[in-house]
Amino acid sequence: MAEEEKTMNVSQLDAEALAQGGVPELRKDDVMFDAETAKMDTDQMWITMGPQHPFSHGLWTLKIKVDGEKVTDAIPVVGYLHRGWEKEAENRTYPKIIPMADRLCYASSMMYTHLYCMTCENALGLEVPEKAKYIRVVADEINRLQSHLMWLAAVGTDLGNFTGFLWASREREFWMDMNIRLCGARMTTNYPRIGGVRNDTPELFDRDIIRCCDHFEKNLWDIIGLIDDNTTFTSRMIGNGIISRERCANLGITGPAARGTGIDFDIRRDDPYDNYDKIDFDVPVLNTGDSYARYMVRVEEMFQACKIIRQGMAKIKALGKNAPYRLKAPTCIPEGRSFARIEDCRGEASMYMVSDGTDKPYRLKVRSPIFVNVSSSKDLLEGCRIADVPAIMAMLDMCLGETDR
Amino acid sequence: MTSYQSILDWINYPDPMINPYYPFGDIYNLPYDICYKLWEIIGGTIAWLINLIFPGNSVSTWLVCDMTTNFFALILFMVVIFLVVFVGVLISLWEERKVLGRAMDRRGTMIGMMGFLQCVADGFKTFMKDNIQTKKGDNMTYIWTVSLIIGTSMLIACMIPLSDRWFVVNYDTGLLIIMALYALAPFFILVSGWSQNNKYSLIGGIRAAEMMVAYEVPMLIIIATASLLAGSFNIGDIVQAQYDTMPYIIPMCIGFVTFFLCATAEAERSPFDLAEAESELVEGWQTEYAGMKWGLIMLADYMRGYVSCAMITILFLGGWDLPFIGDLNNVMPEIVFLLKTWFVFFLMIMLRCAVGRVRTDTILNLGWKVFMPLSIVNLMIVLILKVGGIF
Repeated sequence: MAEEEKTMNVSQLDAEALAQGGVPELRKDDVMFDAETAKMDTDQMWITMGPQHPFSHGLWTLKIKVDGEKVTDAIPVVGYLHRGWEKEAENRTYPKIIPMADRLCYASSMMYTHLYCMTCENALGLEVPEKAKYIRVVADEINRLQSHLMWLAAVGTDLGNFTGFLWASREREFWMDMNIRLCGARMTTNYPRIGGVRNDTPELFDRDIIRCCDHFEKNLWDIIGLIDDNTTFTSRMIGNGIISRERCANLGITGPAARGTGIDFDIRRDDPYDNYDKIDFDVPVLNTGDSYARYMVRVEEMFQACKIIRQGMAKIKALGKNAPYRLKAPTCIPEGRSFARIEDCRGEASMYMVSDGTDKPYRLKVRSPIFVNVSSSKDLLEGCRIADVPAIMAMLDMCLGETDR
Repeated sequence: MTSYQSILDWINYPDPMINPYYPFGDIYNLPYDICYKLWEIIGGTIAWLINLIFPGNSVSTWLVCDMTTNFFALILFMVVIFLVVFVGVLISLWEERKVLGRAMDRRGTMIGMMGFLQCVADGFKTFMKDNIQTKKGDNMTYIWTVSLIIGTSMLIACMIPLSDRWFVVNYDTGLLIIMALYALAPFFILVSGWSQNNKYSLIGGIRAAEMMVAYEVPMLIIIATASLLAGSFNIGDIVQAQYDTMPYIIPMCIGFVTFFLCATAEAERSPFDLAEAESELVEGWQTEYAGMKWGLIMLADYMRGYVSCAMITILFLGGWDLPFIGDLNNVMPEIVFLLKTWFVFFLMIMLRCAVGRVRTDTILNLGWKVFMPLSIVNLMIVLILKVGGIF
């Protein structure tokens, strides 16, 4: 038995001990060099990637244990960007939290503002005007396109293709312009309001956005052709970073990462909010569970977003110019609890609010999708090579603002 | 090579000077003669001025005597050779920035002379930076390895002949010497990565060593094939043989593609820049180098890229000759050579635009399982051609 144990890999032994619920023991081999077995733990070293590292888009650390070029273990460390968002929200009146919610995630600011407004509306029992609902749908999808394009750009740099980065950034600029037309800001939009949206769609917005969609759908194929038709890309994507459907569900992973493993769930379709149920769109689902599936899901989501935007704009146009887009909401929210969830660009984001009848929330809890998704990094990275670490982690689309809050 | 037939005949070319003080090979190459003439002008002027003040002194006689002229001509020779190479490399750097910019829908560098002066600005910037180095690293090794990397890169860049009259030395084994010097740098990279006491540098250094082992062999086989066709390792002979028959890209088209990719890997250019893969290894083995050291490393990188392209030009594209067009000595073979080199560099830039970084195992698989057999297939084809009497 002892002979067998010696020949086994140390990390295997660790894994066994962990599976039995124990702590891996400190063995003789760990500390002393044994020339006969020559399987020391000292062959492996911990590399700390981050908090300032080109692959971490934001401040976070990924500790990886490597055996040569092979990754044997990974620990994500988040929390460098903790600003006490939830506590700060308790000291602000309800409307003042809206611009703060923008700052939760700079890439999907519209989503979080929308989510916060929905939470408040649920607490008040407000029914938002029809037009506002459609405008919110369109604004959300613009935001999803922006966020996914930024992810695509990041994929370009992470895989060493700077052209992909700049082409995707170029396409993103068009959607930024749409944001400027709609709400005057590029990223932190401050657009939804409790009970509607801040302003109606500007003049000729429908014409511009349809042009933008046409242009984008054409140019996205160029970018896909650049990145996806490349064997250097696909060889690093297909069959890498595999996570099983069960493991994915157990960890609570949501969003494109989950849909890449075959979990057919999208809040927009399965628990619709804001008129998503009146819009016809598909939810892309792939079963392979590797990096490539996550990539394909996101790319297909971009095409679907264009489809949603077209339908939403048609609906807004049909409602006419003078349809109401905002209700006047009371300053104080009555005592109670409310909950809302939304399909964020990265997964399921939700807010839970306890209000005490004043004009400030008693407690506001945010559920961030990436905080949960990043916990899968050990499952994703185990067994891959160092060169694949950025490639696999890029497919999670990290955003630290919402993770650390 | 006793007389010039080009527009550079402006030098009133005298009888060949039998000069015992120049120790290396053929002295009658163009840069040396230019330097000799230059010193005759500069030294002569100084001597004349001194003679005005102190008539009949011995210093002015010494300044224009044969030995002194030769000595200063040699020093000027080094400066001139290096400056020409340096400008050639800077132009390829500028070319990369501009072409990459166009491919990525941006303008590239914009400072002065269509962005060319950006290189100068960058040089000053890196020069003004602080020199930061690790406290716990092996600082002596850290410095001398990088000096050797830069030194060898500059040496081979200067050893590439621009034409049959613009060269430093003309050995019969010229190609082999260049390849041997070229293969030295990965050792220094490995040691340098080790000396920095940094995990990223260490991994980068090991990757460089791995890649060198995988790519040297096919490269050398292809060089041997080319010299088999030409019957010589002398660069001038290889170019002359291509002028007499055809550019070797036609019989060795497989070899061209293989050599091109190997040379890209050898110069550690994207997509094979694993040793400094910035997305996972920060800057790889260059992580701890700051300021002008880093700037010189960048320059050395581009010099190696330039050398790779020059090798491809010599081996496959007919060097400084324009085949099928006839005697074109008057078009300045140096310019023809540089233009061809920059064209090959353009191909490398396009490769960089389109392709993302390759993984280590893929790159080693490519080296051993694809390029190696391909280079041998190339050798077989050449052997058949040679036996068939076509060459």
